[in-house]
Amino acid sequence: MDTSRRRLLQLLGLSAAALSAPPVLDALAAAPPAAEPKIGTAKEALTAKQWAMVIDTRQFKKEDDVLPLIEACHKIHNVPKIDFKRWEIKWIWSTEYQHAFSGTASTRFLSEEVEHRPFLVLCNHCENPPCVRACPTKATFKRESDGIVMMDFHRCIGCRFCMAACPFGARSFNYRDPRPFIKETNQLFPTRMKGVVEKCNFCNERLAEGKLPACVEASDGKLKFGDLFDEKSEVRELIKTNYTIRRKVNLGTEPAVYYIV
Amino acid sequence: MNNKKWIITGLAVFLIIVLFPFWYNRGKAVPPPEVKLTDKAKAAKECVLSKEYMRAEHMQILDLWREVVVRGGQRTYTNPKGKSFVMSLSNTCLDCHSNKADFCDKCHNYASVRPYCWDCHIEPPKEKS
Repeated sequence: MDTSRRRLLQLLGLSAAALSAPPVLDALAAAPPAAEPKIGTAKEALTAKQWAMVIDTRQFKKEDDVLPLIEACHKIHNVPKIDFKRWEIKWIWSTEYQHAFSGTASTRFLSEEVEHRPFLVLCNHCENPPCVRACPTKATFKRESDGIVMMDFHRCIGCRFCMAACPFGARSFNYRDPRPFIKETNQLFPTRMKGVVEKCNFCNERLAEGKLPACVEASDGKLKFGDLFDEKSEVRELIKTNYTIRRKVNLGTEPAVYYIV
Repeated sequence: MNNKKWIITGLAVFLIIVLFPFWYNRGKAVPPPEVKLTDKAKAAKECVLSKEYMRAEHMQILDLWREVVVRGGQRTYTNPKGKSFVMSLSNTCLDCHSNKADFCDKCHNYASVRPYCWDCHIEPPKEKS
C-alpha cells in the first residue's frame, strides 16, 4: 500500500483528535453539578485568633482547690488514671512554684504561702510550638484558625519527638492500652490507643459547641479564657491590670497560659 | 526421565494440596451478608448521602470528616438536600447505626477489612437482647 508521509501524518493527527475529544465533550456537556455538600462550623462556636488562659493562682490555696478542675478535664476526655509514675497520663496537673517557674523567676527564699501554693500546669499552646516542629508526621500541628496546638491521633506514630521537644512536659505517652484504666468512660469522646502521645487540647471540641474549656467551667472564675489578640478580651484586661508570669519565656515559645501570682 | 513417575506423582500431590480450598469448598459460596438496620435508621429513611453512595464509599466520607474535623476544626456537614449533621463517627453515625455488630462488623468481616476505628472511638454499648 502506498501511503505518503503527508497522508500518514494527517491520519495520526485525526486519530489523536478523535481520542481526545470524548473527555472534552463530556466536560462541556456535563449537567451543572448537583448541590455540593457544605462544610462549616456551628453558629454557637467560639472563635479567636489565639486562645489564651489566665490562671489566678492567688485563689488556689491547697491541693483540694485544684483537684476538681483536674478531675473535670480528665473525666470528659477519658484520660486514664495510672498510678505507676512512668506510665502516667496527664493533661492538666498541679506542681509547685519552684518546678513551674524555675528559670523564669527566682525560686529562692520564697514566701511560704507561694512555695506551697498549687500551680496548675497544662499544655501552653505556644505561639511558637517546638513540638510542632519536631513532629515528623504533622500529627501535632498549630491550628491556623485559633492557635490551638492540636493532636491528630490518627497520624501519631508514637515516636515521642514532641515529648522531647516540649519544655513543659505537657505531653504523655500511652505505654499501655489506656482503656482498662478509665473508670467511667465518656461516650461522647474517644479514648486513645497504646502507642500515641496525648495532651491538653484546650477543649476544642467544647469550643466548637460554644462552651468554655472544662477546667475553666469548673474553676468558678479562677481561670479565665479568651482571645489573646483581641484587645478588649477579658484575658487581655487581666494581663494588663495584673502582674503575670509565664513558664520558661526565655525559650521563646511564647506560652499562651498566663499566671497571676 | 528416569524419575518420571515420582515427578508426576509429586506434581499431582502438590496440585491437590494447593487447590485444596477450591475443591473442598466447591459450590458452597458464602452468601453476602445482609445489613440489618435499627429502627432509628429505618425511620430516618436516608443517610447522610444516598444509600448507594454510602454503601460503596462510606470510607471516603469518613476520611473527609476526619480530616475536616480534626485538622480544619469544622464540624457541621450539610448534605445536598440541606440537612445538617455533626461530623462524628461515634456520635452521629453510630447514633443511628447503633448495632455495630450487625451493621459494620458483618460486612467488614465478610470482606476481611479490619478498620482500626474502634481502638480509640467508643462503640455504642451493646443492646441487651
